[in-house]
Amino acid sequence: MSSHSSEGDLVKHGDNYINHSAGIKSWLNTLDHKRIGMMYLFTVMIFFLIGGFFALGIRLELFSPGMQFMTPDTYNRFFTYHGAIMVFMVIIPLIPAAMGNFILPMQLGAKDVAFPRWNLVSYYIYVTGALIAASTLFLKGVDTGWTFYTPYSIRSNSSATFVLLGAFIMGFSSILTGLNFIVTIHKLRAPGLTWGRLPLFVWALYATSIIQVLATPVLAITLLLLILERTLGIGVFDPKLGGDPVLFQHFFWFYSHPAVYIMILPAMGVISELVPVFSRKPIFGYKAIAGATFGIALVSFIVWGHHLFVSGQSEFANFVFSLITMFVAIPTGVKVFSWLGTMYKGSLRFDTPMLYVFGFLFVFTIGGLTGVFLAVVSIDVHLTDTYFVIAHFHYVMVGGTIMAFLGGIHYWFPKFSGKMYHESLAKFACWLVMIGFNVTFFPQFIVGTLGMPRRYADYLPQFTNYNRASTVGSWILALGLFITAYNLFRSMKTGKAAGDNPWGGLTLEWQTTSPPPFENFKYDPVVTEGPYEYKGDRIGMGINA
Amino acid sequence: MSTSQGVVTSAERHHAHHFESGLAEFEACKQGMWIFLVTEVLFFSGMFLLYAILRVFYPSMMHDAHHLLNWKMGALNTVILICSSLTMALAVSAAQRGEKDKIVRYIWLTFLFSCGFLVVKFFEYSHKIHEGILPGALWHYEELKAAKAPLFFSVYFVMTGIHGLHVIIGMAVMLWLIKRAKRNEFGPEYFTPVEMTGLYWHFVDLVWIYLFPLLYLVS
Amino acid sequence: MTKLMLALLLSSTSITSAFAATLPVAATDVSQSWDTLYWFLIWVSGIFFVGIVLAMIIFVVKYRKEVHKKSKYIHGHTGLEIVWTVIPSILLFVMFGWGWAVYKDMIHAPSDAMEIHVIGKQWMWQFVYKNGTSSIGDLYVPLNKPVKMVMSSEDVIHSFFIPNFRVKQDVVPGMYTYVWFEAKVPGIHQIFCTEYCGTSHSGMLGRVIVLKDDQWKDWQQGKKIDVDSLPADPSFPGFRANRLGEGMPSTAGTSSTSGGQISLAEKGKALTTAKGCVACHSSDGTKIVGPSYKGIYGTDVKLADGSTVKIDENYIRESIENPTAKVVEGFPPSMPPYKGLVNEEEIMAITEYIKSLK
Repeated sequence: MSSHSSEGDLVKHGDNYINHSAGIKSWLNTLDHKRIGMMYLFTVMIFFLIGGFFALGIRLELFSPGMQFMTPDTYNRFFTYHGAIMVFMVIIPLIPAAMGNFILPMQLGAKDVAFPRWNLVSYYIYVTGALIAASTLFLKGVDTGWTFYTPYSIRSNSSATFVLLGAFIMGFSSILTGLNFIVTIHKLRAPGLTWGRLPLFVWALYATSIIQVLATPVLAITLLLLILERTLGIGVFDPKLGGDPVLFQHFFWFYSHPAVYIMILPAMGVISELVPVFSRKPIFGYKAIAGATFGIALVSFIVWGHHLFVSGQSEFANFVFSLITMFVAIPTGVKVFSWLGTMYKGSLRFDTPMLYVFGFLFVFTIGGLTGVFLAVVSIDVHLTDTYFVIAHFHYVMVGGTIMAFLGGIHYWFPKFSGKMYHESLAKFACWLVMIGFNVTFFPQFIVGTLGMPRRYADYLPQFTNYNRASTVGSWILALGLFITAYNLFRSMKTGKAAGDNPWGGLTLEWQTTSPPPFENFKYDPVVTEGPYEYKGDRIGMGINA
Repeated sequence: MSTSQGVVTSAERHHAHHFESGLAEFEACKQGMWIFLVTEVLFFSGMFLLYAILRVFYPSMMHDAHHLLNWKMGALNTVILICSSLTMALAVSAAQRGEKDKIVRYIWLTFLFSCGFLVVKFFEYSHKIHEGILPGALWHYEELKAAKAPLFFSVYFVMTGIHGLHVIIGMAVMLWLIKRAKRNEFGPEYFTPVEMTGLYWHFVDLVWIYLFPLLYLVS
Repeated sequence: MTKLMLALLLSSTSITSAFAATLPVAATDVSQSWDTLYWFLIWVSGIFFVGIVLAMIIFVVKYRKEVHKKSKYIHGHTGLEIVWTVIPSILLFVMFGWGWAVYKDMIHAPSDAMEIHVIGKQWMWQFVYKNGTSSIGDLYVPLNKPVKMVMSSEDVIHSFFIPNFRVKQDVVPGMYTYVWFEAKVPGIHQIFCTEYCGTSHSGMLGRVIVLKDDQWKDWQQGKKIDVDSLPADPSFPGFRANRLGEGMPSTAGTSSTSGGQISLAEKGKALTTAKGCVACHSSDGTKIVGPSYKGIYGTDVKLADGSTVKIDENYIRESIENPTAKVVEGFPPSMPPYKGLVNEEEIMAITEYIKSLK
């Protein structure tokens, strides 16, 4: 995407969003989308660390059958915190709120999001909700599982109410971010940036925002009803008071299934950015990918019942939900094939972000295909609520979202910081993540098919070997992630200057200095062509071109 | 419309730096507000769905239980809220013309109607609490035997409670508007907050227009 | 395409058997058709996966910038895009249809299936048989006979899972759910609880004890069965199937009581007197205040609001707990709710009694 303004010196180097104003207060009160994005990123990383701690605890306990160093109640708290933190506090805000906040307005050629003040409010709402939920770590803890199924969650003698309240509050943050993004995309595009020229990351965030805006309110009312159920005993989900516990599952998954796409669509958007840049080739099937993004978003609202195949819902409902769920696979497949089509006859570079793209394609394909297994209703009956499901959604959520996130963070790191990370260390860490991830989760497909149920503090001895492999894998994965974090943190200080456009990207965020100045561009950019017009060996219109 | 006191008036007020013009900013705010209202609709729709489920599965219970509600009070509140919507609309058009005194007067009227609504609601609630007509486990009203009647009142209290909360939030925003209107901040060039509050208030009114027949007039 | 896959599937039994250890033994006919479908899915997705990875490897080798300096300026290919939309769609429909066919067999029990009641409670499985016997942890069933589980929970949601039979069903408080199976392999099969239910969720285990004809007769007559002498779970020949894992925390008892030789229906009959039901409901077809119990089970009745309802277990449960919800036409809505006055086992017994009045 070329911009006329990119020729000549844009902003004198030295003035950027990081040193624009000084002091901790200038960050905490900032309305700059880039700073807010960075604040999200660091906060989310703190919770990622906590969620990861619980994950390692779970794996350590499961190293052998029998109880090792936890009581079953402790274990139940570990998996609940792992799930709740990773879902509500990490993966949902990870790409949209952290990366999206930074990149989206820049890719649009805007100075900021539409409502900067609400953007900051959204961040503080997120922090408040997260802290309320996390405060239960020092109270009685919570042992309901992140899905809060009634009536167990009504009777659970734990601090579940505060976690529900925290998730309820964080929902508003999610809604505000989504609302802000939608209006920003509609109203603040640079001249010439027509809908057909939007980067696919923007399309992905647009679809994600629509889901956030439409689905989160339903979660809000569901959690509120459950809070009232626990505090006042209103009875709507409590069979003892005449309510229907399965109704809760319908309410819950009406949000939480679309939420899965809140987690994966932005990741797909990141991949759609990376593939053309590192293949030096226009994206294959731009319209198909954008359309598939919306296809997935639309279908996401009408498939929630596939979580309830064995819940006692009617045969007819199972028929319909199984059939519709099949449709999710079609646009997903279209995307994977389109990314491969982009690489075909490209001129491929193997920088770290591209390495993560390959990793993503490898594991996400497994995650997607095993999803088809679970969509087939009879197959699901045996596999649901076993480790097969655990493996499946970790292949999608970790293999998909986290891999794409890691690819994205290496890709945009020079833009965030102006520095370059240590390339060979990053590649080494990428291999560790890839190997560790597969060693952790692949055995879980097998042990799940053999029948090992999820959320088991203890397991039968015949499952031992698979669990051991899984636990060892989790250590490799953790090591890979720590090395990545070390590399990025160190490079912020000691990394070499990256230049404004190290990858030769054509999207607008690369047409300004790194780190970007206070209002992103010195001159208002004007767009004249699509975002991925890589022709032959053209390096791009970047400043270094 | 410029005044000599040195305060920022509508004509002088600058739009936020990242928008092209004041009009662009207004359009963005309006779109944002509509999206917000969509989230509100979905928030309430969860409760309406709950209501519909009870209605389908336990029609006779719903019929018996609703007799415990006083439809006259509900109807009175409906009238009050419709009036408040009218005065709110008048306040918005006054803001568009920049008639400061009228803005203040009409928002005060809307505020008073809202108070009236809450007073009626207070009498209804306190009567039910006194009788023990309460949601779920708290229910201790002896005269109605319908087994799931407490569920009707769970839905009643949750829906009207959340609606009432929306009314209170709206009233707080009105006080803020009055303060700003007195400083002469609204006029033909800038009336976004009044317009947005108007949209919100009509939504709150609309929710009640659905709640009233569904809860008070089950047949 | 499908036939080709099937041919591949059948001709490569050696590969399949290498993977076979990744599935539990298929101990029912339904499990075997489940397995066929499962391997079909494995093959189809395996081919897609290998194809995608192979394409990636080829592109990496062929189009890396060192050997392919200039990329080709392509934006897409409509024909190709249609192909990779349509072919997966067709395959997905095949999977769905096949999956649905298997599912129908999984959930529809033959009409002659023997019924056994299952009560899930934190953290044990209780099984109640028609003859009034009950057992905890161990479920005794005859070989080669269809058995239908009528399940409910006393507290929170549980899920009843027998891997060797490929059946699983949530067990929900306040309603009945069902699974059925016809065991073809005698001996022991593992039962798990698969819906998280609190502290000892992982200790809520059980065993299906599949008995051959003579043993089944012995057991029915109250003779003790030496479970330890039966074949171990065939999925894990090296391990004994567990009712309670070693060191697993559980409050589940270990008894398999076969005392109290009074049938469930008889218990129900006694209860209808004890609870005062007979004041309004007759057992011989005469109309008192409410409808008679006689011959109503399985019939369709018209309700006061004009709709019709089939009298099944869930309707009976609802009519006991919340009688005014669905009142039969021509009767007053005067019965008080019995919610909380009868427990799971009692509702079950009364239901059995009503069923027995043909």
